[in-house]
Amino acid sequence: MDLETIKSTLEANVPDCRLEVIVNPSPSGQHSLLVDAEHAFAVASFLRSSAGFNYCSNVTGIDWPAKELSEKVKVKKIVDGVETEIDEVSKTMIPGCLEVVYHLFSMSEKIGPLPLRMRTQDRAEGVHLPSLTPVWRSAELQEREVFDLFGVVFDGHPDLRRLLMWDEFEDHPMRRDYVNPDDYEYEPTAHDDVLQRANQHRSTVGER
Amino acid sequence: MDEKLKAELSKQGIFTTSLQELYNWGRKSSIWPLNFGLACCAIEMIATTMARYDLARFGAEVFRPSPRQADLMIVAGTVTKKMAPQVVRLYNQMPEPKYVISMGACAISGGPFKQGYNVLKGIDRFIPVDVYIPGCPPRPEALIDAFLMLQKKIDEQQLTGKDRPRHLTAGEASEFIVPLFGAHDLEPTQNPAVWRPPLVQISKAGTDGSGND
Repeated sequence: MDLETIKSTLEANVPDCRLEVIVNPSPSGQHSLLVDAEHAFAVASFLRSSAGFNYCSNVTGIDWPAKELSEKVKVKKIVDGVETEIDEVSKTMIPGCLEVVYHLFSMSEKIGPLPLRMRTQDRAEGVHLPSLTPVWRSAELQEREVFDLFGVVFDGHPDLRRLLMWDEFEDHPMRRDYVNPDDYEYEPTAHDDVLQRANQHRSTVGER
Repeated sequence: MDEKLKAELSKQGIFTTSLQELYNWGRKSSIWPLNFGLACCAIEMIATTMARYDLARFGAEVFRPSPRQADLMIVAGTVTKKMAPQVVRLYNQMPEPKYVISMGACAISGGPFKQGYNVLKGIDRFIPVDVYIPGCPPRPEALIDAFLMLQKKIDEQQLTGKDRPRHLTAGEASEFIVPLFGAHDLEPTQNPAVWRPPLVQISKAGTDGSGND
């Protein structure tokens, strides 16, 4: 069963779901299925009950910060009465989001992995995604870990608490813009980034 | 007591000792470690106590599961920031005199996880450490060596005078600050009464008090 077949089966059985196959160009060719958050639970339930994907081996998160994409476009313009081609740089902002990836297997059909992806609206307020723990029980702790380290809030999770960091902790350390605490007071063999942070620490705290 | 006279007397079959020697000998020969490990170093610690390396030869066979009955804390492994308050609390619950062996790169400085957001950069930031053993993890021989070093240290302790150990001075603290879980890091991140950052630039040695024990 290839990804396109799964996609068309899902589209036929889960009405209005928006699916997208994300092609992986690397030699592994592990293409994945992007599912919209509203229908993710229905899609997951169908995959489990009817498509035989009875095992979720892995849940992980990805942080996609907002990035600026600059494209060079050749535009024909009339300069001093002569038509010439001029490069114009058009800049577009790609908004950031958080992504959660589930690796699904079918033990009975011996197929997998099927990477199932979901994306949040943004990285600030709209970080809610439906929890797939009611579908695959094995996702429980791993969704807690994604909540802890990336800050994705899983609606419908039975016990959404931080897993690795303490409850009072406010940051999400696996996000790309996480700044770790300034405890660089003793770095005897500092180099590269650490040296930079150590020098920064020294300039703020005072020369030692 | 005069050492020569003592040697002469022992030749005559008369055994003499001082209270200090007897006291130190008793303590160093019955160091009971606290039965607790944090990471892979604990596996080496367990190996040290088993038949092949047999730490019991040095009087430390009784690993106590309760801090109330332990003399020695072997901090064996990575101290995460989430675990650090519990380690300090266990240390506080141990009765004096108490000793600490910081075992392995992680317990000394954070080791390979030093730049991580979740690992304490050395347990000596919160509790006083007597012996450090480098290694990742240190072999059982290294732990035995540290143990012998600790025994030597105990043996040389004075019961009176200004060099006497902490527990013999009435006003000295035997409990240390237990850090709280903060929003971004532990609060405080270190106990300045126990640890100050050592000098990084050697040329500045002696210009201030930092790094001096």
